Amino acid sequence: MHDKAFDDIPGTILFDADRSREGFHLNQFCMSLMKADNRAAFKADERAYLDAWPMTEAQKQAVLRRDWNGMLELGGNIYFTSKLAATDGLSFQQIAAIMSGVSQQEYAEMMLHGGRPIAGNRSKSEAR
Amino acid sequence: MARITAGVATSHVPAIGAAIDLGRTEQDYWRPMFAGYEASKAWIAEEKPDVIILVYNDHASAFSLECIPTFAIGCAASFQPADEGWGPRPVPVVEGHPQLAWHMAEKLILDEFDMTIINKMDVDHGLTVPLSLMFGEPLAWPCKVIPIAVNVVQYPPPTGHRCFKLGQAIRRAVESFPQDLKVVVFGTGGMSHQLQGPRAGLINAEFDNAFLDRLIADPAGQAAVPHIDYVREAGSEGIELVMWLIMRGALDLKVRVAHRFYHVPASNTAVGHLILENAGR
Repeated sequence: MHDKAFDDIPGTILFDADRSREGFHLNQFCMSLMKADNRAAFKADERAYLDAWPMTEAQKQAVLRRDWNGMLELGGNIYFTSKLAATDGLSFQQIAAIMSGVSQQEYAEMMLHGGRPIAGNRSKSEAR
Repeated sequence: MARITAGVATSHVPAIGAAIDLGRTEQDYWRPMFAGYEASKAWIAEEKPDVIILVYNDHASAFSLECIPTFAIGCAASFQPADEGWGPRPVPVVEGHPQLAWHMAEKLILDEFDMTIINKMDVDHGLTVPLSLMFGEPLAWPCKVIPIAVNVVQYPPPTGHRCFKLGQAIRRAVESFPQDLKVVVFGTGGMSHQLQGPRAGLINAEFDNAFLDRLIADPAGQAAVPHIDYVREAGSEGIELVMWLIMRGALDLKVRVAHRFYHVPASNTAVGHLILENAGR
Protein backbone atom coordinates (compact mmCIF):
# COMPACT_ATOMS: atom_id res chain seq x y z
CA MET A 1 0.00 0.00 0.00
CA HIS A 2 1.47 3.31 -1.02
CA ASP A 3 1.56 6.53 0.95
CA LYS A 4 -1.83 8.24 0.68
CA ALA A 5 -0.05 11.47 -0.27
CA PHE A 6 0.19 10.07 -3.81
CA ASP A 7 -3.61 10.11 -4.06
CA ASP A 8 -3.48 13.90 -3.87
CA ILE A 9 -1.75 14.09 -7.28
CA PRO A 10 -4.46 14.80 -9.86
CA GLY A 11 -5.00 12.66 -12.98
CA THR A 12 -2.34 10.15 -12.00
CA ILE A 13 -2.67 6.46 -11.20
CA LEU A 14 0.23 4.99 -9.27
CA PHE A 15 1.06 1.42 -10.34
CA ASP A 16 1.52 0.09 -6.83
CA ALA A 17 1.26 -3.36 -5.28
CA ASP A 18 -2.56 -3.36 -5.09
CA ARG A 19 -2.92 -2.35 -8.74
CA SER A 20 -0.26 -4.81 -9.86
CA ARG A 21 -2.03 -7.66 -8.06
CA GLU A 22 -5.40 -6.66 -9.47
CA GLY A 23 -4.05 -6.10 -12.96
CA PHE A 24 -1.68 -9.04 -13.34
CA HIS A 25 -3.72 -10.94 -15.96
CA LEU A 26 -4.82 -7.76 -17.74
CA ASN A 27 -1.17 -6.73 -18.13
CA GLN A 28 -0.03 -10.21 -19.11
CA PHE A 29 -2.80 -10.28 -21.75
CA CYS A 30 -1.35 -7.00 -23.11
CA MET A 31 2.13 -8.52 -23.02
CA SER A 32 0.91 -11.44 -25.17
CA LEU A 33 0.23 -8.92 -27.97
CA MET A 34 3.98 -8.59 -28.48
CA LYS A 35 3.66 -11.69 -30.73
CA ALA A 36 2.23 -11.28 -34.22
CA ASP A 37 0.27 -14.56 -34.06
CA ASN A 38 -1.41 -13.45 -30.86
CA ARG A 39 -2.26 -10.05 -32.33
CA ALA A 40 -3.91 -11.79 -35.29
CA ALA A 41 -5.88 -14.11 -33.01
CA PHE A 42 -6.99 -11.18 -30.85
CA LYS A 43 -8.09 -9.13 -33.85
CA ALA A 44 -9.99 -12.07 -35.33
CA ASP A 45 -12.16 -12.48 -32.21
CA GLU A 46 -11.38 -10.13 -29.33
CA ARG A 47 -13.95 -11.53 -26.93
CA ALA A 48 -12.84 -15.13 -27.44
CA TYR A 49 -9.18 -14.16 -27.01
CA LEU A 50 -9.96 -12.28 -23.78
CA ASP A 51 -12.00 -15.18 -22.44
CA ALA A 52 -8.85 -17.31 -22.44
CA TRP A 53 -7.45 -14.98 -19.74
CA PRO A 54 -8.60 -15.04 -16.09
CA MET A 55 -9.46 -11.33 -16.15
CA THR A 56 -12.50 -9.75 -14.52
CA GLU A 57 -15.48 -8.90 -16.70
CA ALA A 58 -14.86 -5.20 -15.97
CA GLN A 59 -11.29 -5.51 -17.24
CA LYS A 60 -12.46 -7.30 -20.40
CA GLN A 61 -15.09 -4.62 -21.01
CA ALA A 62 -12.50 -1.88 -20.56
CA VAL A 63 -10.33 -3.57 -23.18
CA LEU A 64 -13.21 -4.09 -25.61
CA ARG A 65 -14.30 -0.44 -25.20
CA ARG A 66 -10.67 0.76 -25.38
CA ASP A 67 -11.29 2.65 -22.15
CA TRP A 68 -7.62 3.58 -21.62
CA ASN A 69 -8.11 5.33 -18.27
CA GLY A 70 -10.48 2.57 -17.14
CA MET A 71 -7.82 -0.06 -17.81
CA LEU A 72 -5.36 1.87 -15.61
CA GLU A 73 -7.93 2.12 -12.83
CA LEU A 74 -8.44 -1.66 -13.00
CA GLY A 75 -4.75 -2.40 -12.58
CA GLY A 76 -3.39 -1.84 -16.07
CA ASN A 77 0.04 -0.30 -16.47
CA ILE A 78 0.70 2.15 -19.28
CA TYR A 79 3.73 0.24 -20.62
CA PHE A 80 1.49 -2.81 -21.01
CA THR A 81 -1.70 -1.11 -22.25
CA SER A 82 0.44 0.70 -24.84
CA LYS A 83 0.95 -2.72 -26.46
CA LEU A 84 -2.81 -2.91 -27.00
CA ALA A 85 -2.58 0.60 -28.45
CA ALA A 86 0.21 -0.52 -30.79
CA THR A 87 -1.98 -3.46 -31.87
CA ASP A 88 -4.61 -0.86 -32.85
CA GLY A 89 -1.95 1.18 -34.67
CA LEU A 90 -2.06 3.98 -32.08
CA SER A 91 1.02 5.82 -30.79
CA PHE A 92 1.76 6.82 -27.20
CA GLN A 93 0.85 10.37 -28.11
CA GLN A 94 -2.50 9.30 -29.56
CA ILE A 95 -3.56 7.43 -26.42
CA ALA A 96 -2.17 10.23 -24.23
CA ALA A 97 -4.55 12.60 -26.04
CA ILE A 98 -7.47 10.22 -25.48
CA MET A 99 -6.60 9.73 -21.79
CA SER A 100 -6.41 13.47 -21.22
CA GLY A 101 -9.66 14.12 -23.09
CA VAL A 102 -8.43 16.25 -25.99
CA SER A 103 -7.93 15.75 -29.73
CA GLN A 104 -4.58 14.54 -30.96
CA GLN A 105 -4.09 17.93 -32.62
CA GLU A 106 -4.75 19.81 -29.37
CA TYR A 107 -2.46 17.47 -27.45
CA ALA A 108 0.38 17.84 -29.98
CA GLU A 109 -0.02 21.63 -29.86
CA MET A 110 0.16 21.57 -26.06
CA MET A 111 3.40 19.56 -26.21
CA LEU A 112 4.92 21.94 -28.79
CA HIS A 113 4.16 24.81 -26.40
CA GLY A 114 6.01 23.31 -23.47
CA GLY A 115 3.65 20.55 -22.39
CA ARG A 116 0.99 20.46 -19.70
CA PRO A 117 2.01 23.05 -17.10
CA ILE A 118 2.65 21.98 -13.52
CA ALA A 119 0.78 25.02 -12.14
CA GLY A 120 -2.72 23.84 -11.35
CA ASN A 121 -1.73 20.18 -11.79
CA ARG A 122 0.32 19.67 -8.65
CA SER A 123 -2.33 18.61 -6.20
CA LYS A 124 -6.03 18.04 -6.06
CA SER A 125 -6.47 20.77 -3.47
CA GLU A 126 -4.62 23.22 -5.70
CA ALA A 127 -6.60 22.13 -8.77
CA ARG A 128 -9.91 22.82 -7.04
CA MET B 1 43.14 -1.14 -13.26
CA ALA B 2 39.81 -0.16 -14.77
CA ARG B 3 38.71 3.42 -14.14
CA ILE B 4 35.59 5.52 -14.57
CA THR B 5 36.42 8.78 -16.33
CA ALA B 6 33.06 10.37 -16.99
CA GLY B 7 29.30 10.13 -16.85
CA VAL B 8 26.63 10.78 -19.45
CA ALA B 9 22.98 11.44 -18.63
CA THR B 10 20.33 11.43 -21.31
CA SER B 11 16.64 10.87 -21.89
CA HIS B 12 15.82 7.69 -23.85
CA VAL B 13 12.52 8.59 -25.55
CA PRO B 14 11.42 5.85 -28.02
CA ALA B 15 10.27 8.45 -30.57
CA ILE B 16 13.91 9.63 -30.82
CA GLY B 17 14.89 6.13 -31.92
CA ALA B 18 12.06 6.09 -34.44
CA ALA B 19 13.13 9.51 -35.79
CA ILE B 20 16.67 8.17 -36.35
CA ASP B 21 15.55 4.86 -37.82
CA LEU B 22 13.07 6.54 -40.20
CA GLY B 23 15.53 9.25 -41.31
CA ARG B 24 13.57 12.15 -39.79
CA THR B 25 16.36 13.82 -37.83
CA GLU B 26 16.47 16.79 -40.25
CA GLN B 27 12.77 17.57 -39.89
CA ASP B 28 11.94 20.91 -38.24
CA TYR B 29 10.42 19.12 -35.27
CA TRP B 30 13.55 17.07 -34.56
CA ARG B 31 16.46 19.22 -35.75
CA PRO B 32 16.85 21.31 -32.55
CA MET B 33 16.77 18.16 -30.41
CA PHE B 34 19.47 16.35 -32.38
CA ALA B 35 21.56 19.54 -32.58
CA GLY B 36 21.97 19.24 -28.80
CA TYR B 37 23.88 15.97 -29.27
CA GLU B 38 26.36 17.08 -31.93
CA ALA B 39 28.91 18.16 -29.31
CA SER B 40 28.32 14.86 -27.49
CA LYS B 41 29.22 12.77 -30.52
CA ALA B 42 32.47 14.71 -30.85
CA TRP B 43 33.13 14.32 -27.13
CA ILE B 44 32.68 10.55 -27.07
CA ALA B 45 34.73 10.10 -30.27
CA GLU B 46 37.54 11.81 -28.37
CA GLU B 47 36.89 10.04 -25.06
CA LYS B 48 36.90 6.54 -26.65
CA PRO B 49 35.63 4.46 -23.70
CA ASP B 50 36.36 0.74 -23.74
CA VAL B 51 33.20 -0.03 -21.82
CA ILE B 52 29.94 1.79 -21.13
CA ILE B 53 27.99 0.83 -18.03
CA LEU B 54 24.51 1.78 -19.19
CA VAL B 55 21.86 2.33 -16.53
CA TYR B 56 18.34 2.19 -17.98
CA ASN B 57 14.94 0.67 -17.48
CA ASP B 58 13.16 -2.00 -19.45
CA HIS B 59 9.65 -1.00 -20.59
CA ALA B 60 7.83 -4.34 -20.44
CA SER B 61 10.05 -5.71 -23.22
CA ALA B 62 12.44 -8.17 -21.54
CA PHE B 63 10.60 -8.21 -18.21
CA SER B 64 6.84 -8.65 -17.92
CA LEU B 65 5.16 -8.77 -14.51
CA GLU B 66 6.39 -12.37 -14.13
CA CYS B 67 9.70 -11.16 -12.74
CA ILE B 68 10.54 -7.61 -11.63
CA PRO B 69 14.18 -7.22 -10.58
CA THR B 70 14.94 -3.96 -8.80
CA PHE B 71 18.58 -3.92 -9.95
CA ALA B 72 19.80 -6.30 -12.66
CA ILE B 73 23.18 -6.55 -14.39
CA GLY B 74 23.62 -7.94 -17.89
CA CYS B 75 26.48 -10.46 -17.91
CA ALA B 76 25.92 -11.90 -21.39
CA ALA B 77 28.38 -11.69 -24.29
CA SER B 78 25.76 -9.93 -26.41
CA PHE B 79 22.27 -8.47 -26.22
CA GLN B 80 19.82 -8.36 -29.13
CA PRO B 81 17.71 -5.23 -29.76
CA ALA B 82 14.21 -6.08 -28.50
CA ASP B 83 11.10 -6.33 -30.66
CA GLU B 84 8.85 -3.84 -28.89
CA GLY B 85 5.85 -4.64 -31.06
CA TRP B 86 6.91 -3.02 -34.32
CA GLY B 87 10.06 -5.07 -35.03
CA PRO B 88 13.50 -4.63 -33.43
CA ARG B 89 15.28 -1.30 -34.04
CA PRO B 90 17.70 -1.65 -36.97
CA VAL B 91 20.73 -1.04 -34.76
CA PRO B 92 23.81 -3.18 -34.13
CA VAL B 93 23.79 -6.02 -31.64
CA VAL B 94 25.04 -4.76 -28.26
CA GLU B 95 28.28 -6.47 -27.26
CA GLY B 96 28.68 -7.03 -23.54
CA HIS B 97 31.77 -7.41 -21.38
CA PRO B 98 31.05 -10.64 -19.46
CA GLN B 99 34.34 -10.63 -17.55
CA LEU B 100 33.87 -7.14 -16.10
CA ALA B 101 30.12 -7.64 -15.66
CA TRP B 102 30.60 -10.84 -13.64
CA HIS B 103 33.33 -9.18 -11.62
CA MET B 104 30.94 -6.30 -10.87
CA ALA B 105 28.12 -8.70 -9.95
CA GLU B 106 30.38 -10.48 -7.46
CA LYS B 107 31.77 -7.30 -5.97
CA LEU B 108 28.37 -5.59 -5.77
CA ILE B 109 26.72 -8.53 -4.03
CA LEU B 110 29.55 -8.79 -1.51
CA ASP B 111 29.22 -5.01 -1.10
CA GLU B 112 25.56 -5.70 -0.09
CA PHE B 113 23.87 -4.77 -3.38
CA ASP B 114 21.88 -7.89 -4.22
CA MET B 115 21.98 -7.73 -8.00
CA THR B 116 19.95 -9.98 -10.27
CA ILE B 117 22.31 -11.62 -12.78
CA ILE B 118 21.02 -11.70 -16.35
CA ASN B 119 22.62 -14.07 -18.86
CA LYS B 120 20.08 -13.62 -21.64
CA MET B 121 18.15 -10.45 -22.30
CA ASP B 122 16.94 -8.37 -25.22
CA VAL B 123 17.48 -4.64 -24.77
CA ASP B 124 14.79 -2.10 -25.67
CA HIS B 125 14.84 1.60 -26.60
CA GLY B 126 15.84 2.48 -23.04
CA LEU B 127 19.31 1.15 -23.80
CA THR B 128 19.64 1.58 -27.57
CA VAL B 129 18.38 5.18 -27.91
CA PRO B 130 21.18 6.61 -25.72
CA LEU B 131 23.74 4.69 -27.83
CA SER B 132 22.21 6.09 -31.02
CA LEU B 133 22.25 9.64 -29.62
CA MET B 134 25.92 9.40 -28.66
CA PHE B 135 27.26 7.34 -31.58
CA GLY B 136 24.87 7.98 -34.46
CA GLU B 137 24.37 5.08 -36.82
CA PRO B 138 27.58 2.99 -36.93
CA LEU B 139 27.67 -0.54 -38.35
CA ALA B 140 28.85 -1.78 -34.95
CA TRP B 141 28.83 -0.01 -31.58
CA PRO B 142 32.40 1.15 -30.95
CA CYS B 143 32.65 -0.23 -27.40
CA LYS B 144 31.36 -2.88 -25.03
CA VAL B 145 28.21 -2.21 -23.02
CA ILE B 146 27.18 -3.56 -19.62
CA PRO B 147 23.44 -3.05 -19.07
CA ILE B 148 22.21 -2.20 -15.58
CA ALA B 149 18.41 -2.51 -15.64
CA VAL B 150 16.48 -0.73 -12.88
CA ASN B 151 12.82 -1.23 -12.07
CA VAL B 152 10.99 2.07 -12.36
CA VAL B 153 7.72 0.60 -13.71
CA GLN B 154 6.35 -1.14 -10.61
CA TYR B 155 6.03 1.17 -7.60
CA PRO B 156 8.22 1.49 -5.60
CA PRO B 157 11.40 1.92 -7.60
CA PRO B 158 14.60 2.03 -5.54
CA THR B 159 15.04 5.30 -3.65
CA GLY B 160 17.28 8.04 -4.99
CA HIS B 161 19.57 7.45 -2.04
CA ARG B 162 19.89 3.74 -2.82
CA CYS B 163 20.62 4.55 -6.46
CA PHE B 164 23.33 7.02 -5.48
CA LYS B 165 24.92 4.41 -3.18
CA LEU B 166 24.78 1.80 -5.95
CA GLY B 167 26.70 4.20 -8.16
CA GLN B 168 29.38 4.51 -5.49
CA ALA B 169 29.55 0.70 -5.21
CA ILE B 170 29.80 0.38 -9.00
CA ARG B 171 32.83 2.64 -8.88
CA ARG B 172 34.48 0.48 -6.20
CA ALA B 173 33.72 -2.64 -8.25
CA VAL B 174 35.14 -1.17 -11.47
CA GLU B 175 38.28 0.12 -9.75
CA SER B 176 39.03 -3.34 -8.35
CA PHE B 177 39.08 -4.89 -11.84
CA PRO B 178 42.72 -5.55 -12.76
CA GLN B 179 42.51 -4.97 -16.50
CA ASP B 180 43.26 -1.47 -17.80
CA LEU B 181 39.90 -0.26 -19.08
CA LYS B 182 38.37 3.17 -19.60
CA VAL B 183 34.77 3.15 -18.43
CA VAL B 184 32.00 5.72 -18.90
CA VAL B 185 28.73 5.38 -16.99
CA PHE B 186 25.41 6.36 -18.59
CA GLY B 187 22.34 7.26 -16.55
CA THR B 188 19.24 7.39 -18.74
CA GLY B 189 15.50 8.12 -18.72
CA GLY B 190 13.48 11.18 -17.78
CA MET B 191 13.26 14.09 -17.71
CA SER B 192 9.77 15.23 -16.71
CA HIS B 193 7.05 13.26 -18.49
CA GLN B 194 3.79 11.53 -17.78
CA LEU B 195 2.44 9.03 -20.28
CA GLN B 196 -0.71 7.98 -18.47
CA GLY B 197 -4.06 9.25 -17.27
CA PRO B 198 -5.71 12.67 -17.48
CA ARG B 199 -2.46 14.45 -16.50
CA ALA B 200 -0.55 12.95 -19.47
CA GLY B 201 1.79 15.43 -21.16
CA LEU B 202 3.02 17.03 -17.96
CA ILE B 203 6.32 18.89 -18.37
CA ASN B 204 8.07 20.83 -15.61
CA ALA B 205 11.10 22.68 -16.97
CA GLU B 206 11.73 24.42 -13.66
CA PHE B 207 11.94 21.11 -11.79
CA ASP B 208 14.11 19.57 -14.52
CA ASN B 209 16.65 22.40 -14.52
CA ALA B 210 16.81 22.48 -10.74
CA PHE B 211 17.42 18.70 -10.85
CA LEU B 212 20.28 19.20 -13.33
CA ASP B 213 21.83 21.93 -11.16
CA ARG B 214 21.64 19.84 -8.02
CA LEU B 215 22.76 16.59 -9.66
CA ILE B 216 25.93 18.42 -10.67
CA ALA B 217 26.65 20.37 -7.48
CA ASP B 218 24.86 18.56 -4.63
CA PRO B 219 24.17 14.95 -5.64
CA ALA B 220 23.84 13.71 -2.04
CA GLY B 221 21.19 16.36 -1.46
CA GLN B 222 19.34 15.37 -4.62
CA ALA B 223 19.56 11.72 -3.56
CA ALA B 224 17.50 12.53 -0.45
CA VAL B 225 14.52 13.74 -2.52
CA PRO B 226 11.60 11.32 -2.00
CA HIS B 227 9.65 9.55 -4.74
CA ILE B 228 6.55 11.67 -4.30
CA ASP B 229 8.39 14.83 -5.32
CA TYR B 230 9.36 13.21 -8.63
CA VAL B 231 5.88 11.82 -9.30
CA ARG B 232 4.14 15.07 -8.35
CA GLU B 233 6.57 17.50 -9.99
CA ALA B 234 8.05 15.51 -12.90
CA GLY B 235 5.17 13.12 -13.68
CA SER B 236 4.55 9.43 -13.08
CA GLU B 237 7.27 8.48 -15.58
CA GLY B 238 9.57 11.33 -14.51
CA ILE B 239 10.56 9.07 -11.63
CA GLU B 240 13.00 7.47 -14.09
CA LEU B 241 15.33 10.32 -13.05
CA VAL B 242 16.42 8.32 -9.99
CA MET B 243 18.54 6.31 -12.44
CA TRP B 244 20.69 9.38 -13.13
CA LEU B 245 21.81 9.21 -9.50
CA ILE B 246 23.46 5.84 -10.15
CA MET B 247 25.63 7.47 -12.81
CA ARG B 248 26.33 10.43 -10.53
CA GLY B 249 27.30 8.19 -7.61
CA ALA B 250 29.95 6.54 -9.77
CA LEU B 251 31.72 9.89 -10.33
CA ASP B 252 33.83 12.18 -8.19
CA LEU B 253 32.05 14.50 -5.79
CA LYS B 254 33.41 17.33 -7.92
CA VAL B 255 32.69 17.17 -11.62
CA ARG B 256 33.33 19.36 -14.65
CA VAL B 257 30.30 19.93 -16.90
CA ALA B 258 31.53 19.15 -20.42
CA HIS B 259 28.08 19.56 -21.93
CA ARG B 260 24.53 20.43 -20.85
CA PHE B 261 21.38 20.45 -22.96
CA TYR B 262 17.64 20.70 -22.37
CA HIS B 263 14.84 20.59 -24.91
CA VAL B 264 11.05 20.30 -24.95
CA PRO B 265 9.42 18.31 -26.46
CA ALA B 266 10.37 14.92 -27.82
CA SER B 267 6.94 13.39 -28.25
CA ASN B 268 5.57 13.43 -24.64
CA THR B 269 8.86 14.10 -22.90
CA ALA B 270 11.37 16.73 -21.83
CA VAL B 271 14.86 15.83 -23.08
CA GLY B 272 17.77 16.46 -20.73
CA HIS B 273 21.40 15.66 -21.30
CA LEU B 274 24.65 16.09 -19.36
CA ILE B 275 28.25 15.06 -19.84
CA LEU B 276 30.19 15.15 -16.57
CA GLU B 277 33.92 14.59 -16.21
CA ASN B 278 35.63 13.67 -12.95
CA ALA B 279 37.30 16.67 -11.32
CA GLY B 280 38.43 15.46 -7.90
CA ARG B 281 37.11 13.37 -5.02
